[in-house]
Amino acid sequence: MYQVISAISRWAIPAILLIVPLVAVLRGVKVFEVFVEGAEEGFATAVKTIPYLVAMLVAVTIFRSSGAMKITVHFLAPVLDHIGFPAEVLTHAIMRPLSGGAALGIATELIKTHGPDSFIGKLVSTMQGSTDTTFYVLTLYFGSVGIRRYRYSIISGLLADLTTLVASLYAVRAFLSH
Amino acid sequence: MVNYVWLAMIFFGIIAAAASGHIETVTTAAIEGAQTAVKTSFSLIAIITFWLGIMKLAEAAGIVRALADLARPLTRFLFPGVPRDHPAIGAIVLNLAANMLGLGNAATPMGLIAMQELQKLNRGPKDTATPAMCTFLALNTSCITLIPTTIIGIRILYGSTDPTAVVGTTIFATACATIVAVTADRALRRFYGQGG
Repeated sequence: MYQVISAISRWAIPAILLIVPLVAVLRGVKVFEVFVEGAEEGFATAVKTIPYLVAMLVAVTIFRSSGAMKITVHFLAPVLDHIGFPAEVLTHAIMRPLSGGAALGIATELIKTHGPDSFIGKLVSTMQGSTDTTFYVLTLYFGSVGIRRYRYSIISGLLADLTTLVASLYAVRAFLSH
Repeated sequence: MVNYVWLAMIFFGIIAAAASGHIETVTTAAIEGAQTAVKTSFSLIAIITFWLGIMKLAEAAGIVRALADLARPLTRFLFPGVPRDHPAIGAIVLNLAANMLGLGNAATPMGLIAMQELQKLNRGPKDTATPAMCTFLALNTSCITLIPTTIIGIRILYGSTDPTAVVGTTIFATACATIVAVTADRALRRFYGQGG
């Protein structure tokens, strides 16, 4: 199965790069000119996200580096212990919506320490794969079009993250425990 | 909501740093966070520019519209406020497809294009998210992942006997998350008023 998966991942982008310009030429599109016309907006779009990302990442980094995150984990661990959620993975669960890079680092560390086929290894693998960096995505996407009022987006995003936590725990227990 | 979350992170961060006697970490962290943000934005310039060009081509070739047509039954239910032939639908479909395949580099630019198109449809204040944007981001952050490429790579690196064992659990967990996110989005939309 891994061969199929990695083949799809490797071929997807080259296939798009082949098919899109080819179909465009056949439809009589001036490919180079149209590409440049579209690409023109790239710089402005990327630069527009700077103030939003600075605001969010400053807060996230202060929260993480100051030790406030560790304290949060310390208080939440006993609560989640009731449903059998290991405290080791909780740091990852809290980090995941805030910082993609940091969460991946924690996941790698846990897989290295406990082994990829241990319960903790499988749980953190599932959680890493199944959620996105909610705060980063919201800040980046809204920031690129100048939206400051997110309305209820954070609530639905965090509810999804919480669901992933419970569903991952259930799935790893039900499908992957021997 | 975002204002409180933001304030809470900084506030509790400063208190925690003061209590542990390392108040200087706050200053270092603030600067470090700002630098990471600028680096991230700058590294986005290249991929956004590239994919915006490809997207414009796909649009001119009629590929975006064809994809939007394919996904119509689903998008009509999820985005009732977006006209069915609008380019936003095509960009949304491409973004979700890239997410599913684990193509992070392509997903982000397509998502930003979708947001630009959705912003063109924004009839309210331009600094406030529309219901369609909220639905799109609910789908995007919880998005069904079929191929968690990065984590499979890490599992192989540390000698897993079955690196793809977590594909099934990942699909299950993201499917649950997507259902909850879309349901919550619908309920909250009604609660916050403004249909469509």
